[in-house]
Amino acid sequence: MQKISQGTIRFNRPPVIASHGCIVSQKEGDGPLGELFDRIEPDEYFGQDNWEKAESRFQAEAINICLKKAGVKGEDLDAAVGGDLLNQCTATSFAVKDLKAPFLGVYGACSTIAESIITAAALLDGGYGDNILASAGSHFCSAEKQFRTPLEYGSQRPPSAQWTVTGAGAVLLSFLGKVKISAATIGTIVDKGITDANHMGGAMAPAYANTLAAHLRAMGAMPTDYDAIFSGDLGVIGMDLTRELLARDGIILSDNYHDCGEMIFDREKQDVHAGGSGCGCAASVLCAYILPKMERGEWKRVLFCATGALLSPTTVLQGESIPCIAHAVELTAGN
Amino acid sequence: MTNKEYSKLVEERTKNSPLWLDCLKAFLFGGAICTIGEALRHLYLYLGADKLAAGSWVSISLIFLAALLTALGVFEKIAKHAGAGTLVPITGFSNSVISPAMEYKTEGFVTGVGAKMFIVAGPVIVYGTVASIIAGIIYYLFLR
Repeated sequence: MQKISQGTIRFNRPPVIASHGCIVSQKEGDGPLGELFDRIEPDEYFGQDNWEKAESRFQAEAINICLKKAGVKGEDLDAAVGGDLLNQCTATSFAVKDLKAPFLGVYGACSTIAESIITAAALLDGGYGDNILASAGSHFCSAEKQFRTPLEYGSQRPPSAQWTVTGAGAVLLSFLGKVKISAATIGTIVDKGITDANHMGGAMAPAYANTLAAHLRAMGAMPTDYDAIFSGDLGVIGMDLTRELLARDGIILSDNYHDCGEMIFDREKQDVHAGGSGCGCAASVLCAYILPKMERGEWKRVLFCATGALLSPTTVLQGESIPCIAHAVELTAGN
Repeated sequence: MTNKEYSKLVEERTKNSPLWLDCLKAFLFGGAICTIGEALRHLYLYLGADKLAAGSWVSISLIFLAALLTALGVFEKIAKHAGAGTLVPITGFSNSVISPAMEYKTEGFVTGVGAKMFIVAGPVIVYGTVASIIAGIIYYLFLR
């Protein structure tokens, strides 16, 4: 691999996405992308006795689907890289413990899937093995419990709030497959002083704009060079702010710009306010929608850039602003 | 763009909560709860309770009803619309104790339910008590 500029790498021996799997709960299943997910689990508890275990089970199932499709076992993995939103990334640790694979836990909030993929791709290009799994997941109920108020507490959500996706996605990186990871940009933290934890889109938009601009500059590309450009979960307000921020930099995003958080729910009917969020949002949309479209040859070059708000319940209570990040993964299909 | 300019831009682009509609809903739901309370008071007086006891029974009844609706998962659905209408009456207090108690049951009855039950209501109790002490001192010094 080769460093193009600070943060941006081009892979010389580009790893490919050999397989992918995703699972979501009924609410996401009822959304516009419903029929595209590999599995919809109607039981939010997923047969477990608490939300944390349920979240783990969701991610374990996404991994299971992904590996099954590829006919790869846990023992065949050179590494598993993944994360989630829970304290100390326990959902992922429990999800991968039975794989018996070398494991790297990562935390990038809702950008986790991109961080996992970049880490995995760099390891592969560097000559470390042939099969690396990258995964991420989230659960609405465990996220509410950890970051906001108890589930049954009677509170009102402002219009800028987003709905944490219950679901997970996993991709297997290898050297055989249709979609290549050709380049990536590791984001820098951007903090524009937003302190409202109910306004993730507003907090994350500058980080997204920063990474996207850096990636385009490094690659010498324009937004129109891509069949599609994705953000992770900025929601509608964040998308609007992103367009504005980039326009001031002379970068115009057109109709090929999409946001996973905006797509996963029907905002009018499903009462999710600004859109979806959570590690499972970008991860499941990548696996259910973006990768299949590239495998079918409908898209040849896609920029997938997931965003994360790196706050904790403690920093929010202490009145700190929200440090945000965005990691870009450039995907190419065919030659 | 400076942080200040960006904050302003975010504010411009963010739709606010519908204040007047929220106020109206809170008024209607809150008023309905108070009406139910008043009806219950009359019922308890009719059943032979004295004024003080009837008032206590009303509080107990509303706390129980809110707790029941919280446990059934209904309270949160009403409160989403009612806002302050369900939060301000004693029903909100009940909900704020029961909801964490339910949520943290998985962490045990002592370290979960017992320890986390008052994470929302705790400050209300603490500062309510402090305020009543201050009111008591003022009463003792000046008004007695």
